[in-house]
Amino acid sequence: MNTYKERAGLIEQAAKACNTTVYKEKEVPNKDLTPRTTSLTKSSKVMSLEDAIRHTGLKDGMTISFHHHFRGGDKVVNLVVDKLAQMGYKNLHLAASSLIDVHEPLIEHIKNGVISKISTSGLRGELGRQVSLGLMKEPVIFRSHGNRGAAIASGELHIDVAFIGASSSDPMGNACGYSRYPTAKSICGSLGYALPDAQHADHVVILTDDLVPYPNNPKSISELNVEAVVEVESVGDASKISSGAIRDTKNPRDILLAQTAAKVVENSGYFEDGFSIQTGSGGASLAVVKFIRQSMIDRNIKASFALGGITAHMVKMHEEGLIERLIDVQSFDKVAAESLMNDRKHKEASSIEYAAYNEPSAATRMLDIVILSALEVDVNFNVNVLVGSDGIIRGAIGGHPDTAADSALSIIVCPLLRGRIPCVVNEVTTLITPGSGVDVVVTEYGIAVNPRRPEIAERLTKAGLNVVDIHDLAARAQKIIGDAAPLPFGDKVVGVVLNRDGSVLDVIKNIVEPTN
Amino acid sequence: MMFVPGNNPAMMQDAFIYGADSIMLDLEDSVTMAEKDAARLLVHNALKTIDYGQTEMVVRINPLNTPYGKKDVEAVVKAGVHVIRMPKTETADEVREVEAEIERVEREIGCLGRTKIMAAIESALGIVNAYDIAIASKRMMGIALGAEDYCANLKTQRTPDGAELLLARETIVVAARAAGIDALDTVYSNLNDMETFRKEVELIKTLGFDGKSIINPRQIEVVNEVFAPKQKDIEKAQTIIAAIKDAEKRGSGVIAVNGKMVDRPVVLRAQRTIDLAIASGILKEEDI
Repeated sequence: MNTYKERAGLIEQAAKACNTTVYKEKEVPNKDLTPRTTSLTKSSKVMSLEDAIRHTGLKDGMTISFHHHFRGGDKVVNLVVDKLAQMGYKNLHLAASSLIDVHEPLIEHIKNGVISKISTSGLRGELGRQVSLGLMKEPVIFRSHGNRGAAIASGELHIDVAFIGASSSDPMGNACGYSRYPTAKSICGSLGYALPDAQHADHVVILTDDLVPYPNNPKSISELNVEAVVEVESVGDASKISSGAIRDTKNPRDILLAQTAAKVVENSGYFEDGFSIQTGSGGASLAVVKFIRQSMIDRNIKASFALGGITAHMVKMHEEGLIERLIDVQSFDKVAAESLMNDRKHKEASSIEYAAYNEPSAATRMLDIVILSALEVDVNFNVNVLVGSDGIIRGAIGGHPDTAADSALSIIVCPLLRGRIPCVVNEVTTLITPGSGVDVVVTEYGIAVNPRRPEIAERLTKAGLNVVDIHDLAARAQKIIGDAAPLPFGDKVVGVVLNRDGSVLDVIKNIVEPTN
Repeated sequence: MMFVPGNNPAMMQDAFIYGADSIMLDLEDSVTMAEKDAARLLVHNALKTIDYGQTEMVVRINPLNTPYGKKDVEAVVKAGVHVIRMPKTETADEVREVEAEIERVEREIGCLGRTKIMAAIESALGIVNAYDIAIASKRMMGIALGAEDYCANLKTQRTPDGAELLLARETIVVAARAAGIDALDTVYSNLNDMETFRKEVELIKTLGFDGKSIINPRQIEVVNEVFAPKQKDIEKAQTIIAAIKDAEKRGSGVIAVNGKMVDRPVVLRAQRTIDLAIASGILKEEDI
């Protein structure tokens, strides 16, 4: 009394209760009978760039996104935007994690109306100059890395189609910033800035120059988020993506600044076993690591983790046992990229995991010390890393405001003078990192400590370091250089700088070039 | 003493930050004929406008028998330079000529006696006349060796162990000590060989030199390390000086430390150790 037929009534009742229908056998079974050997290297997701763009349903006025992990070697942005122009797209919003010199061809696409809006962390080279001169109708929106991740996750920065370059991908879209196969053409390591795009964009297209057999494992981006995989000749010029060797600065001023910054770290009260640290990639920042390394050996101190842009220096210290773990949102060189590929204690982090303002587990919140650079610092400890002293956009916010605000101790290393340009000033040209998060400014003429941190000033003074008032530094620079003529700003807003919580921090006005 | 080309504004502007005891702005060999006037103007303005703190400021002028020498003296004395360094000095008469020129300018601006002289000796004749040069002027504060020209003049070249310079170095130290002035050694120009540089600094310290000329800030650390007195010697010197002060208080002429009598050379050496420790930043004035 319990045949399938007899349970028909109960099945029907159950279907009703589950709010679904009763299974009906198809007359012709939908079964794929082809051998599976080819599916390891082929899939319906693999298509040409043009087909991929059509497949995503991209329309005029939508938002497309890119990452900058291929740095100066990047070919993806120009390749895709050229194709979009060729296909007749107009009015697109380009939301990149950052744009650099190599993206100069965008100027033409802005002029011909393909790109009408840009969101980025920074602009450099001719593109930065043209934007500063008023190239675009709409102002460029500048976000920190942490803010970009958070804005993508919250929908504040909604991405319709993400075009993500990857050093390897399988036909399903499992992709990452390196390849374990002999066919590897490029390596960039972490894809940290592209991970929010992969998770939250409506459509994701992977572009890769190494289409590897399924499954590409471990992966940074999951096939579940990917709609199309495009095989291209090259995602980036390997020699310009990352350099292979550690470069030690020979600039005596950088060495002096680094030595001083290392002494600040050692006497700050935060240099204890288990501390954590992040540094930038500039000559002085890299050299700081070298000096701190020696002190760690001398005092038998080990770091729990190093964060951020990971460099060969950090990898070396990790391999020596001086740094337990590496948390990597961006691999600065080939050594770092290869370490990410091979070392399980070298973790890839998305920009949200790295530095999102609203994310309680953001790594920046677990950070003791960050060492940063600056274009300008003012007497209120505000920092500018975006706009040059000539009013031209020539930098990137990066993780500067995120790490400064979240770390226990932020140290800015910055010469007082760069040639004829003073770097400690009365007011920064553009406000990027509010002074409330900046604790110490190291210059070759002395160390200024934010009055909010009297205990740090006391410790450094006690250690015999030359602690000075930041007003005296600004006055000294002014005395040597003299008064600069005011910058010829116009009345048009060409850039909007967002604070890491999404509020508007500052605007950048256009610069008027002298006509003579 | 750090050499800085007098035609490089960026280097002159930054020279102060590395902590050299003295900075020598050069108008002579690092400046081409075409740039002599521009460099003189730059050096004059650097001395007048840049705050070099406590650093002793020296300018190497062109010889008086060139069209530039007198103009150099005038420009830098007016700008308030501490020391004029004479290049290629061979006779006491040359020193007296520069002294007369300095005096003329000082009288004109009303600061007689402000500017001191240092003579660089860079030839066999100069070495033969070293003592005469050292006592040629009451403004003379030190004599220095210029090894490159000296070696050329001697028809030899520099070697890593410096055998070719031994007589010149010893002559300069002896002449300087006899005249009661400072002795400064020549530059070492291979920046990539810090090991040989360190050996050379150790050698000249043993010979009795007061300091070393350098061409790059990266060399400062080595010179300071070699010349800085060791902690053990500082402690010993402090004990001796304390005993002296104590003896003076008691009106006693003879002192003993750890049961040994301390005589004058020992006291002088102790005082020099303390002076060096203060100069190297190991001791502070108030610690004495």
